[in-house]
Amino acid sequence: MGKYQVEKSIAEINEKIKSGKAVVVTAEEMVKIVKSEGEVKAAKKVDVVTTGTFGPMCSSGAIFNFGHSTPKIKASKVLMNDVPAYAGLAAVDVFLGVAESTFDDPLNKIYPGKFSYGGGHVIEDLVAGKEIELVTEAYGTDCYPHKGFKKSMRLEDFPYAMLTNPRNAYQNYNVGVNLGDKTIYTYMGVLRPKLQNANYSSAGVLAPLFNDPYFKTIGLGTRIFLGGGVGYVTWYGTQHNPKPVRGDKGVPSVPAGTLSVMGELKGMSPKYLVGLSLLGYGCSMAVGLGIPIPILNEEMAHHTSIADEEIIAQIVDYSEDYPQATGKVLGTTNYAALKSGTIVLDGKEIQTVPLSSFVKAREIAELLKGWIEKGDFLLTESQVLLPSEK
Amino acid sequence: MKKKIVLHFSKAIWDKPIIYRLIKKFDLVVNIQKANVLPKQESFMVLELDGDNGVITKGLDFLIECGVRIDPIEQRIKRDEDRCTHCGACTAICPTGSLYIKDRSTMEVVFDSQLCSGCELCVPVCPPHAMEIHIY
Ligand code: SF4
Ligand code: SF4
Repeated sequence: MGKYQVEKSIAEINEKIKSGKAVVVTAEEMVKIVKSEGEVKAAKKVDVVTTGTFGPMCSSGAIFNFGHSTPKIKASKVLMNDVPAYAGLAAVDVFLGVAESTFDDPLNKIYPGKFSYGGGHVIEDLVAGKEIELVTEAYGTDCYPHKGFKKSMRLEDFPYAMLTNPRNAYQNYNVGVNLGDKTIYTYMGVLRPKLQNANYSSAGVLAPLFNDPYFKTIGLGTRIFLGGGVGYVTWYGTQHNPKPVRGDKGVPSVPAGTLSVMGELKGMSPKYLVGLSLLGYGCSMAVGLGIPIPILNEEMAHHTSIADEEIIAQIVDYSEDYPQATGKVLGTTNYAALKSGTIVLDGKEIQTVPLSSFVKAREIAELLKGWIEKGDFLLTESQVLLPSEK
Repeated sequence: MKKKIVLHFSKAIWDKPIIYRLIKKFDLVVNIQKANVLPKQESFMVLELDGDNGVITKGLDFLIECGVRIDPIEQRIKRDEDRCTHCGACTAICPTGSLYIKDRSTMEVVFDSQLCSGCELCVPVCPPHAMEIHIY
């Protein structure tokens, strides 16, 4: 007899998926199931819980190999639709970041800057099947003499195109407010003066990393829904904090875990990779990401039963405290309150504003559920689990 | 007070100095934001008028007398439904409540164009550029 009353392996769950017998529910549905049937029964019944999130994820980008020209080239400067890509890699490899604007963007010189087009838009255009213009420049070497070329390319023309995101799916995030007396333009959206709005960016109940807060199943090699296609967790992401302050069911109440992910751009969709312009802040891209959580035992049923009212987030002032790194927190709230439309801080009612789309998060969790039910998507066993502490 | 309007000029009046007379007669501050005026063709112009409310009304009457068809700009803000991700960012700034979350269980962002004043604040704020100014 093991540690748990219910014990399933990923291999067993995959067998059920293949025979069309796996029970798959979304993280929203799981809340109700655990509430009415309890953790043990829920763990017996449910095999996989699907999650989803869709929001601006600035630490995203893609690695491209654009193929050799004749004569060959070692590109040192590369523009994709006027957006600079980092060319300090091998001869015809580049990395295009979503937060990069076109080389001639006025940025914040005309404040607040519009940031009309950037790396995220290029990626969206490519997955939408549009043609982009590639401009290369080189100093020329004996083996790679070409000095540069201009070429129109579609996604299928790139021998290699890999979405490679060093930080996605932040496990919890701040709620941004503005204590100052003028409107500010931040990566948390427009914050009107004197606490007129409170902006948040998490799918709450559906967010992948709230449903496996200790990374018991998510790790290196976990197969995921990424940008409308299939991707993998490659390791923990930048700024990953394995030991955050935790609340109910081990869920962090501060920005905590993050994931590094990758997946073939070919096969992704412009519905789930959307180029963004954040007024006064910069370019970005909304990434759709969903992770299947295998219900291996009642402990995973416990974790996936987390509800919006149990997830705490901290309220931070972005006029002074955040930019000046004072570390001050104005108060806390929870996702049920945030989704209700108003929160109360120091007796003042504040309008809440989401920045990540719950509509799309739900769509992703449902899509992933459908893929698994149909047997099109099998779970992978994580090869190495990510750092996490109680 | 500022008011933004779209003026349509028929083929018959495209070459009349109507805007000149509008400025001279009513002493309004006129800002031409967009114009497409071509010889002997249907033409349009987007104007921002600044001045006293009563004077603006008189100016508008004058334009109608001259045969200009006037559309208020507020009917010109449209949402590209395919591009809207229902993120909610616009609900922070829409002053009229035209963009709002109606149903807190679906979290869908509704655009009620009936309430829209055409202030255009949402246009640069909407991250995926779903809010557009349509001028015909
Ligand atoms: S900001 Fe734009 S994309 Fe987001 S809900 Fe509003 S209209 Fe839709
Ligand atoms: S134009 Fe102004 S009033 Fe109309 S939807 Fe946009 S922000 Fe709201």
